[in-house]
Amino acid sequence: MIAFSLRQSWVIGLFVLFVALFVITRFIQPSYGARDFASLTQAALPYAFAVAAQTVVVLAGGIDLSIAAMMAVTSVTAALLMKDQSAASALYAVPLVIAFGFALGALNGILITISRVPDIVVTLAMMFVLQGLALLILPSPGGGAADWLKAMVVGSLSVPGLPEGISAWIPHALLLVVIAVCLVWIPLKRSQLGLSIYAIGSSELAAFRSGVPVARTRILAYGIGGIFAALGGLTLTMSTGIGAPIPGPYLLASVAAVVLGGVALTGGRGGLVGPIVAVFVLRLVRTDLTLLSVDPNVTTIIEGVIMVTVVMFGALLAMRARST
Amino acid sequence: MSEIADTSPQPHLGRRLRRLMADQPIIPLMVLLILLCAVLQLLSPGIINPLWVANTIKFAIPLALLAGAQTLTMLTGGLDLSVGTVGTMAAFIMATQIGHHDPATTLALSLLPAVLIGLANGVGVGIFRVHPLIMTLGTGLVGSGILQVYQRTVIASGSEIPPFIVWLGTGLTYGVPNALLLFVPIAALIIFVLRRTGFGRQVYAIGDNEKASRLSGSTYWQVILALYVASSLLAAIAGLLYVGVIRTPSLTLLEPLVLPSVAATIIGGTSIFGGRGSYATAILGALILRVLTTLLTVLQMPEGLRQGLFGLVILLVTAIYLRIIEDS
Repeated sequence: MIAFSLRQSWVIGLFVLFVALFVITRFIQPSYGARDFASLTQAALPYAFAVAAQTVVVLAGGIDLSIAAMMAVTSVTAALLMKDQSAASALYAVPLVIAFGFALGALNGILITISRVPDIVVTLAMMFVLQGLALLILPSPGGGAADWLKAMVVGSLSVPGLPEGISAWIPHALLLVVIAVCLVWIPLKRSQLGLSIYAIGSSELAAFRSGVPVARTRILAYGIGGIFAALGGLTLTMSTGIGAPIPGPYLLASVAAVVLGGVALTGGRGGLVGPIVAVFVLRLVRTDLTLLSVDPNVTTIIEGVIMVTVVMFGALLAMRARST
Repeated sequence: MSEIADTSPQPHLGRRLRRLMADQPIIPLMVLLILLCAVLQLLSPGIINPLWVANTIKFAIPLALLAGAQTLTMLTGGLDLSVGTVGTMAAFIMATQIGHHDPATTLALSLLPAVLIGLANGVGVGIFRVHPLIMTLGTGLVGSGILQVYQRTVIASGSEIPPFIVWLGTGLTYGVPNALLLFVPIAALIIFVLRRTGFGRQVYAIGDNEKASRLSGSTYWQVILALYVASSLLAAIAGLLYVGVIRTPSLTLLEPLVLPSVAATIIGGTSIFGGRGSYATAILGALILRVLTTLLTVLQMPEGLRQGLFGLVILLVTAIYLRIIEDS
């Protein structure tokens, strides 16, 4: 137990920070309740998936700059597939979009492996390509989403046996993140592939010499990142009901949350829980600023400054780690 | 390795061609530019005339200035994605403040945010060692937030674009764009500094091998700081010039030029890994992109396809240059 808490000290610290922020929020706005918490998680949903995508890639020692554009592409694809279709059509649209995300992510990995161009350039180029692709798929915001999908991200759980007071604090959106992460991340981390991802992230050469298939692992890591990005894109369509071909502010937010979540930007160290808690911390800061009736544009500035500071701090830590 | 290759009597033709491209990228780039013009002339005969050439140059100059910002930072293995915000800020502040202050004060006011953002980038990249891409993306975001707030405060006072800026941006004298008056000295200065001064040597040295350059006495963070401030100033000048071309200050004035400026620099043969490249070829890269854009417009290609094509061009060119460098 002690060993566990030591290993997870960063994540536990973040969780404490989240609770502290929550208490502060209650002070600022005493009426802040379950309903507000549900809308907070709904707003945090695309961010959570974006950061999950970025985390997997960063753990493998890479970086994906095309994440926001990939979310835009998958979001418009989902919106187009579900436009004016029956509710059942979403049953095939969702797996299709997820497979599409995997393919796009894997394409990043394949291009990096084949061209030997650094990940940062390849994903930057892919960012342009995917932005263009999103515009080609859907030139202006539109499309649609199945009603039952839209219902999945709003409101809270109602379990027959559980009292209303508790179940109201478990929003659907939060459940969605937890289920998705459990379905993808836990089997992955326990598998050989998961181990290989951490291995190539900490030292590509050492991993190669120990017989880890570096190229295949990297491609799969980007592919899994693509799956999370597709889920992020889907949640965008689910919560707005339409698809927008313009990438949102998810790239910088994902990098900042990865760093804040205790994942080393150099790769190989960290987990997925930390960054996701970090997303909620960053969202809650935004909520507090809004509750304090700070101008939304000023909020953007403060948020940007926090993210830049966090990234700078993370870089400093990475530099320390390298020099020791 | 290269000396052995030099003394061999008849190197393979493909190898010689590659060496030429690596050593003198300006020649294949000129060929590419002429080729593109020829295709354009074929597709719509009569399009190429003195007025078209002047117009192309006029639109290429702000892009070339931004490509200058990218060249400076890319030579040390970096990139500046905040140029769009910086240039837009300079143009917007100039247009809204010219009615209240004399021209010199206005100019100083519009260049101030550029210097500040450049300093922030330089500190983040040079001292904290944040990846330049992430750092400049972040400061760009903060900058555009500040611009939004600023816009709210001046929304009532209106804006105007001084006639001099319009003259400089769009005017032609004897068929030659006036903007060249500003651009030629700046370009000459950049090329001179990079090629002939100790500072320029340090820039290449840091990009080539940071550790070795540090051991031989150059101070990494000072060079980086100077480069990012210079990059921001170039972006601000590009913004001031571009608002003279477009004639309406908007909050996203320069954003559409950011990605093309990166592409122009990479096409110009500057390595994104640093240490290799020149500004003269980046200017050619900007011209090539302008002609390419005209070509795509003539072909009536949608915006999305154009963006995608830019991305593919960047990837392809970087991969090709990588092969060439590895070979030589």
